[in-house]
Amino acid sequence: MWEYTDKVKDHFLNPRNVGVVETPDGVGEVGSLACGDALKLTIKLDENKRIEDAKFQTFGCASAIASSSALTEMIKGLSLDEAKKISNEDIAQYLGGLPKEKMHCSVMGRDALEKAIGNYYSEGEKKVEGEIVCECFGVTDLEIERAVKENSLETIEDVTDYVKAGGGCGNCHEKIQEIIDSVTGQARVIAKAHKQLTNIQKIKLIEETLDREIKPALEKDGGSIELVDVDGNLVMVKLRGTCATCSASEVTIKSYVETKLRELVTSELVVEEVQ
Amino acid sequence: MKIVYTDNNATTQVAPEVLDAMLPFFSQFYGNPSSMHSFGDTADQKIKQAREKVAALIGSAPEEIIFTSCGTESDSTAIRAAILSNPDRKHILTTRVEHPAVKNLCEYFLKKGYRVTFVPVDRKGRLDISFLKKNLTVDTAIASIMWANNESGVIFPIDEISQIVKERGIIFHTDAVQAVGKLPIDVRKVNVDMLSLSGHKIYAPKGVGALYLRKGTKFSPFLIGGHQEGGRRGGTENVASIIGLGKACELARGHLDEQRTRVKGLRDRLETELLKRIPEAMINGDQEHRLPNTTSIGFEYVEGESILLMMDRFGICASSGSACTSGSLEPSHVLRAMGVPFTAAHGSIRFSLSVYNTPEEIDCIIDNLPPIITRLREMSPFWKEAVG
Repeated sequence: MWEYTDKVKDHFLNPRNVGVVETPDGVGEVGSLACGDALKLTIKLDENKRIEDAKFQTFGCASAIASSSALTEMIKGLSLDEAKKISNEDIAQYLGGLPKEKMHCSVMGRDALEKAIGNYYSEGEKKVEGEIVCECFGVTDLEIERAVKENSLETIEDVTDYVKAGGGCGNCHEKIQEIIDSVTGQARVIAKAHKQLTNIQKIKLIEETLDREIKPALEKDGGSIELVDVDGNLVMVKLRGTCATCSASEVTIKSYVETKLRELVTSELVVEEVQ
Repeated sequence: MKIVYTDNNATTQVAPEVLDAMLPFFSQFYGNPSSMHSFGDTADQKIKQAREKVAALIGSAPEEIIFTSCGTESDSTAIRAAILSNPDRKHILTTRVEHPAVKNLCEYFLKKGYRVTFVPVDRKGRLDISFLKKNLTVDTAIASIMWANNESGVIFPIDEISQIVKERGIIFHTDAVQAVGKLPIDVRKVNVDMLSLSGHKIYAPKGVGALYLRKGTKFSPFLIGGHQEGGRRGGTENVASIIGLGKACELARGHLDEQRTRVKGLRDRLETELLKRIPEAMINGDQEHRLPNTTSIGFEYVEGESILLMMDRFGICASSGSACTSGSLEPSHVLRAMGVPFTAAHGSIRFSLSVYNTPEEIDCIIDNLPPIITRLREMSPFWKEAVG
């Protein structure tokens, strides 16, 4: 049996905002009966162009229904620009996490939201961009590439968990591997280039990464981060705001800050919190 | 909460009589059946009796029974033995709806360079016999065809098939894990060379099974070791479980009539009432040739895992052919092979009853499932389109 969090169970058994809003300003439909899950998201804006109401209809498993329900709760009250920033990871986090094999449910939520916003700006039904790689589930190379980049996916199995590609006949596994290789290959090249950094370059790059990538993300949750010192590959930081008192700060440091810095500066970095 | 257990094709409860028969053989009579003392011989005698009981259920001689650890081991032993003892033959014939124990092993041999034919089934899950006939060749090492399907419950005409296969001098194996105990089986009348059965589908514990091996069939052991099982399966016997399997087979002979009458009656009522109360639902599989305890029903426009988890709140246990429950993304290979439309395949639920189910339990499902389906359909974006 799947290990669903209490929050997933709650949103599955007591889904919020089921249905279709009246005269919606944006509609996003993703998935199909053949794929095994589908989501129709409708949104209504108020006079300030904030999302006043959001409703969903979902065909799918418990985590698909829970992800849809969570999504509608998350976007209510947001401006479209704010809503656009919601990632599939945010949806999963809101639910206290999803089993890895079910991450595609959160991706479906994100995709429906993007479509609904696009629909409001009357971008119309965007043509499928890129080339279909997975014929079974109709997934394109661009979608796979995006999932690999955004979620640092490493294996074909990961890709299947997130966007379903490769979960059917398996004929596309080679192509998926090529995409993973090209994405991670790029990452490798960047990391290599940074290997030759001087100490000053390294510190500068760490500072830039903190300011550009990490601080804005933490600020979303009312927190912040400050660089204290760099000693060789040891990066010492202090957490500020809500992060300072958050019981999950250790997780934030290791799984987010360190991962990001390793990815964008050099893979040998170790991040530690100092008081 | 009271449990309503209708997932007996997955596993069954150990019958109280079976447990009673087993218990003394854990800490009281724990001797090794191979030992040269009468303490060990107590266990050996009991194993002999168990072998006779298993043999009696399927009409074989006791020495034609090899105890194994499970249905999968029996299947693997049978297919590997046929391949090893026919090194010149490089073809395997099986069906598209086998249990993974056979299906994945055949796919393994496919990768190893063997040619494998997967005989298709029709929309009702019935085997294409003329296709089967055409694809048996002088190169065929073994035909392995299940007696009854675990998901749809559809029974294959094993008697007719065995004649076709044996006329051509090919080894015939049948995975009868779902058929044993639910249908009368007699290997004196049906010409199979090997037959797999499993303990935990017939009220014996998990971890024990048996392989019937017709006398004179070329064989090669899968587990090579001691002289146990006549040198056909090494390893110290799982004494208590083997005794349990023997007891379960004895009980099963007595249950055959009940399966055909009372259990089938409950199944039929469950099916009829659900179809009456829930629109856009269909039975998967041939209703004329079906296990008496099994029904697979496709509820259109809803997804199986959601149904199961909502039933779980009422203590109702069943299983689904949907993708999401297995962790794979496509509905079960059985439903796909049958060509069940996607609208129903994802929402297919299998109920499999036991001799322990009561009319009240069936009522519980009949009362609680329709509102669940209604609720999920109201949530589904396809439902109103389809109906409206």
